Amino acid sequence: MKAEQQYIDLFTQCEALVCRKSAEVLNAPRAKAFADFERLGFPTRKDEKYRYTDVDKYFAPDYGLNLNRLEFPVNPYEVFKCDVPNMSTSLYFVVNDSFDKHVHPSAKLPEGVLFGSLKDIAAEHPELVRKYYGKLADTSKDAVTALNTMFAQDGVLMYVPKNTVVERPVQLVNILRADVNFMVNRRILIVLEEGAQARLLVCDHAMDEVNFLSTQVVEVFAGENSVFDLYELEETHNSTVRFNNLYVKQEANSNVLLNGITLHNGTTRNTVEVQLSGRGAEVSLCGMAIADKNEQVDNHTFIDHQVPDCTSNELFKYVLDGQAVGAFAGKVLVREGAQHTSSRQTNRNLCATREARMYTQPQLEIYADDVKCSHGATVGQLDEDALFYMQQRGISLKEARLLLMFAFVNEVVDHIRMDALKDRLHLLVEKRFRGELSKCRGCAICK
Amino acid sequence: MLEIKDLHASINGKEILKGINLTVKSGEVHAIMGPNGSGKSTLSNVLVGHPAYEVTKGTVTFGGKDLLAMSPADRSHEGLFLSFQYPVEIPGVSMVNFMRTAVNEQRKYKGLPALTAGEFLKLMRQKREVVELDSKLANRSVNEGFSGGEKKRNEIFQMAMLEPKLSILDETDSGLDIDALRIVAEGVNKLKTPETSCIVITHYQRLLDYIKPDVVHVLYKGRIVKTAGPELALELEEKGYDWIKKELGE
Repeated sequence: MKAEQQYIDLFTQCEALVCRKSAEVLNAPRAKAFADFERLGFPTRKDEKYRYTDVDKYFAPDYGLNLNRLEFPVNPYEVFKCDVPNMSTSLYFVVNDSFDKHVHPSAKLPEGVLFGSLKDIAAEHPELVRKYYGKLADTSKDAVTALNTMFAQDGVLMYVPKNTVVERPVQLVNILRADVNFMVNRRILIVLEEGAQARLLVCDHAMDEVNFLSTQVVEVFAGENSVFDLYELEETHNSTVRFNNLYVKQEANSNVLLNGITLHNGTTRNTVEVQLSGRGAEVSLCGMAIADKNEQVDNHTFIDHQVPDCTSNELFKYVLDGQAVGAFAGKVLVREGAQHTSSRQTNRNLCATREARMYTQPQLEIYADDVKCSHGATVGQLDEDALFYMQQRGISLKEARLLLMFAFVNEVVDHIRMDALKDRLHLLVEKRFRGELSKCRGCAICK
Repeated sequence: MLEIKDLHASINGKEILKGINLTVKSGEVHAIMGPNGSGKSTLSNVLVGHPAYEVTKGTVTFGGKDLLAMSPADRSHEGLFLSFQYPVEIPGVSMVNFMRTAVNEQRKYKGLPALTAGEFLKLMRQKREVVELDSKLANRSVNEGFSGGEKKRNEIFQMAMLEPKLSILDETDSGLDIDALRIVAEGVNKLKTPETSCIVITHYQRLLDYIKPDVVHVLYKGRIVKTAGPELALELEEKGYDWIKKELGE
């Protein structure tokens, strides 16, 4: 039996239950998603888009799902020790794929801003959610997005109305918590209207030593002149599999920063698709991965320059140790007429051992003649001369390697537009390289 | 302080040093001169433990300890310093971070507590003056974008920070203009004490005008073929190496 069959069967049997425990707006696209999923099936490695991640393999095992929306007896404020403390954020939690009802006293949002359970807000403001939900995440093109749309019952909605500035960063902590091998299908919808500004930090943690499979689909609508930062920080464990599909659409003069940091994981596949649809839109798309043992990190990005005068900057850096495998495929499309496009893509990678593998695949497709586009990719080792120079000054080989590795990834950390998070990440990166983050820090179990 | 006996070393299977004997006592300055390719840089690299070189024979003791048995970092902790002919650029690693790590690792080795941030910055400020190193350079990445002269000054600054017992200056004069040469040489002289020694590797007399050697050696084809007082450097400057080759019967 192929891996998709169990999901087809499950959906056929449980569609009514899935719908009953969700909201009408989320239920509307399920039938089409199901049809798309049946038609597409899971991609194989022959599929250009999934060359480096064997999707079938991760979806084939048996996982529990919480279609009944049972509440997990966990108070995240008690068990979760945040790795980014004293950061003064408005803090929220999602446990598995349910928005957590405990509201932290620190949460403070300007008037008119919505942040909360996607399911609940979809029930309260159906017209708002209907306008955006599923409009970017095309189920006919990606089986994981289709699967997520079939099963997603809740998640998070963030809505920032016109000209509203959310000064304080919002932090969302995704907690994976289960006693059996477990699958979650989480959905995040972010809408920034014209002139709105916000910053969101999403942290992924796994609390139990079971196998987790999570799919997360994030849709971001950045209105005219809006400014939005999305930081994703993954600190899970080796038996966690994450499929994250992020879709972004930017209107004129919007400025979006996306920074995905994989500090600790099992297998991670991040797909990012950005449509630059309004003149003057600018996107910074950064990513960084530190992986060892058998960890895998696969980032697949697509930036679509649809109109003139847009800017995209892409920077991805990987440090691979042990038998870790990294992949980066970055496509930039400059459509006909998208003149004065400025696009830069950089992917630099360090392989610290002979067994570590890095696959990198930059791709530029340009149909306009007055553009500035560049790309570069390198895979290398630590600079031997620099290592020796440092040792001559009394720095041990181990410490010298660490200094070089920090220096290498800090370029990505330095793109962060939140000083407290930047400082914290410098420290987390150091801890990670020193092997002090070998387990999830938020973990109640593996302390 | 340093005693080298019958040292043989090779790189990629090719023997470069063919039996070096050299003794440096506390407070002495030794100059090592010699034509290109004679093994001068190999000698300094072997002493600091560069992994590309293999010692095939001989012994080196430093302060009574077996130098060749130590890791490069421990050789540094024991007080051996090399001013590199080509200092390495390390983008992304700040001078402050680099030096603080180096100083504190040395202190750890000696059983001393790490310096606080305040103590460390004060030390940096003091030592920077030895070579008139711009404070802006101290805030940049190690050697990144430094001019040739700035790199060499930075080497002597690091020497001042680490206070080595024996410093090897490997062609520290190359690429320096007269003013930079004077500043670097004065820096070295300021750091000189009766307990510290120096090996100066150079092609030219001009550095030795500032840093006065007690002994001058000529290295040729992997061996020290002549040893004399400072007057030997002047003679070489005037006559070149051919007369030495003739003495050797070549």
